[in-house]
Amino acid sequence: MIIQALAFYLFAIVAVAAGAMVVTARNPVHSVLFLILAFFNSAGLFVLLGAEFLAMILVVVYVGAVAVLFLFVVMMLDINFVELREGFLRYLPIGGMVGLVLLAELFLVFGAWITVPDVASAVTAPPAPQASNTAALGLLLYTRYVYVFQAAGIVLLIAMIGAIVLTLRARVGVRRQRIAGQIARVRTQTVELVKVRTGEGV
Amino acid sequence: MLQIGLSHYLTVASILFTLGIFGIFLNRKNVIIILMSIELMLLAVNINFVAFSAFLHDLVGQIFAMFVLTVAAAEAAIGLAILVVYFRNRGTIAVEDINLMKG
Amino acid sequence: MSVAVVFLPLLGAIIAGFFGRWIGDRGAQLVTCGGLLLAAVLGIVLFFKVAIGGDEFVTQIFTWIDAGKLQVNWALHFDTLSAVMVLVVTVVSAMVHVYSVGYMAHDPSIPRFMSYLSLFTFFMLMLVTADNFVQLFFGWEGVGLCSYLLVGFWYDRPTANAAAIKAFVVNRVGDFGFALGIFAVYYIFGTLHFEEVFKAAPDQAGLTMNFLGWQVNALTCTCILLFVGAMGKSAQIGLHTWLPDAMEGPTPVSALIHAATMVTAGVFMVARFSPLFEYAPIALAVVVVIGGTTALFAATVGVAQTDIKRVIAYSTCSQLGYMFFAAGVSAYPAAIFHLTTHAFFKALLFLGAGSVIHAMSGEQDMRKMGGLWRLVMITYILMWIGSLALAGIPPFAGYFSKDVILESAWAAHSGVGLYAFILGTFAAFLTAFYSWRLLFLTFHGAPRADHETMHHVHESPVVMILPLVVLATGAVVAGFLGYHSFVGEGREAFWRESILVLKPHDSIEGAEHVPAIISFLPLLMALAGIAVAWLSYIYRPGIPAAAARMFRPVYLFLLNKWYFDELYDFIFVRGAMLIGFGLWKGGDGAVIDGLGPDGLAATTQRAAVGTSRLQTGYVYHYAFAMLIGVVLLVTWYLAFQVR
Repeated sequence: MIIQALAFYLFAIVAVAAGAMVVTARNPVHSVLFLILAFFNSAGLFVLLGAEFLAMILVVVYVGAVAVLFLFVVMMLDINFVELREGFLRYLPIGGMVGLVLLAELFLVFGAWITVPDVASAVTAPPAPQASNTAALGLLLYTRYVYVFQAAGIVLLIAMIGAIVLTLRARVGVRRQRIAGQIARVRTQTVELVKVRTGEGV
Repeated sequence: MLQIGLSHYLTVASILFTLGIFGIFLNRKNVIIILMSIELMLLAVNINFVAFSAFLHDLVGQIFAMFVLTVAAAEAAIGLAILVVYFRNRGTIAVEDINLMKG
Repeated sequence: MSVAVVFLPLLGAIIAGFFGRWIGDRGAQLVTCGGLLLAAVLGIVLFFKVAIGGDEFVTQIFTWIDAGKLQVNWALHFDTLSAVMVLVVTVVSAMVHVYSVGYMAHDPSIPRFMSYLSLFTFFMLMLVTADNFVQLFFGWEGVGLCSYLLVGFWYDRPTANAAAIKAFVVNRVGDFGFALGIFAVYYIFGTLHFEEVFKAAPDQAGLTMNFLGWQVNALTCTCILLFVGAMGKSAQIGLHTWLPDAMEGPTPVSALIHAATMVTAGVFMVARFSPLFEYAPIALAVVVVIGGTTALFAATVGVAQTDIKRVIAYSTCSQLGYMFFAAGVSAYPAAIFHLTTHAFFKALLFLGAGSVIHAMSGEQDMRKMGGLWRLVMITYILMWIGSLALAGIPPFAGYFSKDVILESAWAAHSGVGLYAFILGTFAAFLTAFYSWRLLFLTFHGAPRADHETMHHVHESPVVMILPLVVLATGAVVAGFLGYHSFVGEGREAFWRESILVLKPHDSIEGAEHVPAIISFLPLLMALAGIAVAWLSYIYRPGIPAAAARMFRPVYLFLLNKWYFDELYDFIFVRGAMLIGFGLWKGGDGAVIDGLGPDGLAATTQRAAVGTSRLQTGYVYHYAFAMLIGVVLLVTWYLAFQVR
C-alpha cells in the first residue's frame, strides 16, 4: 500500500510539474521535452491502474511518434526564441481566475460524487477473467468494437493523406527518377548507329 | 491519503486539464505551445477514462482511451502540417500575428 | 331680401375670385361693385323697413349643429341694431368698391382684390345679422381672415406679410378670450341663441362660477372675456399693436376694414350683448377704463406720426376708444351713433388720403408733401369736411355723436365715467390738433417733394371722387339727421329691444341735463386744437421742431408708440422664440430624436462596435470564450440546479 501510494504521488506530482513547465518554458524544445516527461509519468499512472497495455501504447505512440513529430517541427521552424514576445502576465489575472474557478468546481463535483450502488450491473464490458489486460482488450476490441477499430484506421489514413497534401510542395530544380519513362525507353530513340571513317571524329 | 482512490486520479486529471487550458490562452509565444496544450488536455481525459475503467471494472473506458489516443495522434499530425504550411507562407508562428479572422 | 343683402357680396366674391381669369379685370369689378351697390340699395330699404318701420324679423336658413342639447342654426336676425349696421356696412363697402376701381386700376391682381373686398363684406354682414354666438363668431373669424388676406394683399412685400401675420395673431389673442366667453355663456345658459340668452340674463345676475380656481360673478367674468375679444378686434390698448402696421395694405382696405367696419365689430358686439353687460357693472367699468385710456393713448401717439395713413389709423383707434367708453357708461345708442358717423367721415378721410397718395405717386410721408391745396382742390375740400366732422365741429356729424358721448360720460356720475370724460376731452383737443396738423403738413406750405413728383400731381378720376362725395354727404348730414332717432327723444321707439339699458344706468337721459359748460367743453377743446395746429404749422413753423427738441424723451416716447411693440417683443416674442428654440433643440432634437430614431441608431451602432471587439481574430481568445462558457454553465448547474 505504502509503495503504491508513494508511487502514485511521485508520478502525479512529476506529471503535474511537467505539465506546468510545458506551458511556461521559454525554449520550445524544452517545452516538448517536458511534454515527453509528462507522458512518461502518465504511463506510470496507467500501470498503477492496471492498464499496462495502454501505458505502453502511450509511450510508443505518444512519446515515440507524436512528441518526436513535435520535436521535428520545432527544430525545423526557425523559431528565434530570444525575441519571442512575453505577454504572459497580461491575461494572468482573468485567465487564472477562470481556470481556478473551473478547478474548484471540478473538485466540488468529485467531492460530492456518489457511486450508485447497482452500477456494477451497468458495466458494459467486464474484463474477461484469467486474461491479462492486453488479451482482455484484444478480446473486446476485435469483436464488439471492430467497426470503431476500422474507423480509427481510416481516420489515421485520412490524417496521413491530409498531412502529405498540405505540406507537399513541388520543388523546382529537383531531379527525380521517372521509372516509367526509363522503362518505356525504345532503342530507336536512344541509340544511333553512325559509320565513322578511320581517322575522323563524330 | 494513503488509500489511493478514484478521486485522487480524477484530481490529477483535472489539474492537468486546467494546465492545458492555461496553456492555450495564457501563452504569448507561439502556436506549438497551443498544440502541446491540447495534447495535455487529451492526456488528462485519458487518465480520467482509465481511472474510471479501473474502478468500475469496465473495459470500455480503456477501449475508448485508445481511440482518443488515435484521434489525438491524427490531430497532432494535421495540426503540425498546417503549422508548417502556415510558417512557410507567413514566416512567423507568433500568436499575435495570427489574427486574420479579425472582424 | 334679407338673404339677398347678405349673400350678394358672397356671390360677387365667388365669381370674381374663382372666375376672375375668365371675366377679366373689368368683369370682376363690374360683378363685385354691382353686387355691392345692389346690396347697398337693399340695405337702405331694409333700414327703412326694419329700423324706422319697426318690422323686425328673423330669417331661418338652415340648421347647422344639432348635437344633444346644443342647437345652432344659420339665421339672419334683423332688428334695429343689425339694420343700422347693415346700412353702414353695405353703403361704405359699396363706396370703397367703386373707389377701388380707380385706385387699384394699375394693379396686376384686380379680381383677387375685388373678390376679397366682397368676401369681407359678406363676413361682416354675417356677423351683424347673427342670430347666435356661433354665427357671430363665424363672421368674426371671417373678417379676421379677410383682414389678413387684404393687409397682405401685396404679398411680395415682406413688411406686408409681417403686418398681416401680426394682425391675425393679435386678433387671435382676442379671439381666445372671445371663445372662452362663448363657452362661459353656454355653461351658464345652456344655449347659444341670442333671444334665449338675453331673456335668461336677469335671472343669472347673481350667479357665481369657478374661473381658474376663483369664485367670480359669472356674468362679469363672461362679459370681460367677451370684451377681450372686442379689444383684439377693435384695437384697444394692449391689443392695438396690429392696427398701425395694418396700413401696409392698400388704402381702400384701410378705409373699409380698419376705419368703418371690421374694427367697429367690437363696438357692435358690446352693444349687441347689452342685455348681458347691463347685469355686469364691473365689466362695464372695465370697458370704460380701457376705452378712455385708449382714446387718449392713441391720440397722443397720432400727434407724433409722420405717415399720413398712420395718423388716421391712430385716430381710428382713439375714436374706437370713445365708442367703447360710451358703451361702458351704458350709452350704447351713443356708441352706435358715433360708429355710424365715424364710418362715414373716417372712410372719407382714408379714401381722401388715398387720393393724395395716388396724386403723389405713392408717397405717404407727410414730411415730403406740402403745397398741394391748389392742385387737388376737390380732395382738399373733402378732407376738410372729414376733419371737421372728426373734430366735432357743428353742424358736421361728429359734433352730434361725440358730444353726446362725452356728456353721457359726465352724466354717469361714476368714478370711471369721470375718468373717461377727462381723458376724452383732452383727446378731443389732440384729435383736432393732429387732424389739422395733417391738413397743414399735407396741403399747405412750400412743396417739400421733388419737382418730378409735383409735376405728376393731379386730381383723382371721377370714379374715385364720386364715392368720396357720397361719404362726405354722409359725414355732413348723418349727424343732425340721425340725432333724434339714435340718441334723442325717439331713441326708445327706434331701438326697441335691440339694445337694453337698465333705468338706473341710463346716462343718455342724464346727458340731456348736464351743465352748459360741460356740453360746450369738447367744442372749445376742438377749436383750441385747431388754433394750436395753425400756430405751429402755418404761423410759426419752427415750433414743432423746437418742442420736439426740448421734450425729446416725450417726443420719442410718442413717436415709438409708447414702446408697446418693443415691450411685446421682449416679453412675448422673445419668450416664444426661446421656448420654441428650446423645444426644437432640446425637446425634439435631444430627447425625441436622441431616444428615438437617432438614439436607437447610434446605440445600435455602438453596440455593434462593442460586440465586434469580441472578434479579435485570435483563436485562443475564442477558446477562452468557450472556456468561460463552460465555467458559467457548470457554475449555474452547481449553484442553482443541483438539489
